[in-house]
Amino acid sequence: MKYMLLMQRPRSGYEEIRSMAPEDMKAHGEYMQALDEELRKSGEHVDGQGLTGPEQATIVQAQNDGPPTITDGPFPEAKEFLAGYWILDVETRERASEIAARASAAPGREGAPINTPFEVRPLMSEPPDEM
Amino acid sequence: MTPPSDAAVESLLRELAPQVLGAVLRRQRDFHAAEDAVQEALLAAARQWRESGVPENPRGWLIQVADRRMVDQVRSDEARRRREELAATQTADDERTAPDPGPGVSRDRDDSLRLLLLCCHPALTSGSAIALTLRAVGGLTTAEIANAFMVPEATMAQRISRAKHRIEASGAPFRLPAEGEWQGRLRAVLQVLYLIFNEGYATSTGPDLQRAELAGEAIRLTRAVHRQLPDDAEVAGLLALMLLTDARRAARTGPEGKLIPLAEQDRGKWDRKAIGEGVALITRALSPDSIGPYQLQAAIAAVHDEAERADDTDWRQILALYGLLEAITDNPMVRLNHAIAAAMVHGPPVGLRLLDALDDDRRLAGHHRLAAVRAHLLEMDGEREAAIECYRAAARLTASIPEERYLAMRAARLAG
Repeated sequence: MKYMLLMQRPRSGYEEIRSMAPEDMKAHGEYMQALDEELRKSGEHVDGQGLTGPEQATIVQAQNDGPPTITDGPFPEAKEFLAGYWILDVETRERASEIAARASAAPGREGAPINTPFEVRPLMSEPPDEM
Repeated sequence: MTPPSDAAVESLLRELAPQVLGAVLRRQRDFHAAEDAVQEALLAAARQWRESGVPENPRGWLIQVADRRMVDQVRSDEARRRREELAATQTADDERTAPDPGPGVSRDRDDSLRLLLLCCHPALTSGSAIALTLRAVGGLTTAEIANAFMVPEATMAQRISRAKHRIEASGAPFRLPAEGEWQGRLRAVLQVLYLIFNEGYATSTGPDLQRAELAGEAIRLTRAVHRQLPDDAEVAGLLALMLLTDARRAARTGPEGKLIPLAEQDRGKWDRKAIGEGVALITRALSPDSIGPYQLQAAIAAVHDEAERADDTDWRQILALYGLLEAITDNPMVRLNHAIAAAMVHGPPVGLRLLDALDDDRRLAGHHRLAAVRAHLLEMDGEREAAIECYRAAARLTASIPEERYLAMRAARLAG
């Protein structure tokens, strides 16, 4: 079963990460890279990407009359932003949660876990049961 | 000479794959390297035979190429190290690694079964066992398997490689299970084959077309096991179940992958030949002495398939069969289907009462199927509002796009 793990970074999280000491930043990067590598080796990795920050985002919305509106980020009303995702093919939901928990505990300032919230969602692709 | 068709080459290669791997393994005990070598030989054959034709002795050609790859591999440091490790843990006991096939059983077929038992090893997760079985026994390429399961090829390659490592770590890889574990190991094989079948059966249109081939592959492999163990009633039962289910494939989906439930299917589209074969198989196999879940499920599928119209379905017989099935399995899905059959025979209130008893089953908690069945029975019972609510609840819980559409449509039709 495939799951998407969505990393939900709070607005304050971006500045926190950007202002980390170089060695903390390095430790954080290595932790995430090692986890990513592990998922590739275990044959569970389907896709994964990090996203640029909300400053580079735009919201595009079609309108009934006139051209679509385009709003540039960062969006003042949003409390958290999608910072990156993994799509994993795992045996159980528990396994997906376990991986999300490990990613959530990635080290931040002075090695303390950041505890970033991860949303875990099954992908809409599984075959239906016999009816 | 005219080059053979791609399909002809492909089906020949799939047929030969387990035989070639078995033959290579008789001389070389490194399962991991042998399986890689055979895969490379199959890829080379697929390229060459399409252009210059199939050689006179295709099986010998593949064995020779695979053997040569093995030699190349053994020369590399990694393989040498692995071989040394293996040599330290294994005895060169030919009796144990290649026992005499019994009377009437050819060595090649024996190899196929032995490979199946190996690939469906209890140390593997079902996902790994499925991937390894399709490659080592089914002769599919890693790319084909990756395609069917919609994951990158590198991911599938890793999954297969890890599965092989795991089997190696379990010791004495290429041997038949001991007498006492035989039945349990064979059940594991049947379960993996059934999972492969279901992966393929469930999708039959559009971009998922490649997955549909998995159903055919599962039938082919199960047929091979049945040829070798013709007296095993559960093997025959599983083959019958697959044939009787697959027979409805063309009627099961409409345009754009829309799901069509059994009761509304155009039965003229059912595959009569497959139904005939499945019914004959299950009729021969069913025996009170060795009754098992696959036989009973096949018998139920046969009752459905033999009804010319949905209204002709012999629900009393289906209800009795579900009763037997429930007595030998502890599966909440079986109890769910039992409730449907009870509703069809004794009326929806009886079925709904049986569903209420399932509310506390934690294995069904949050499962869309319970809500979907309840919705159907409530609709049958004329409880429109409650049915709409249950259809919507089921639609929220399913992870299948066509099923979500179907359930939402049922709710909308009742509401409208």
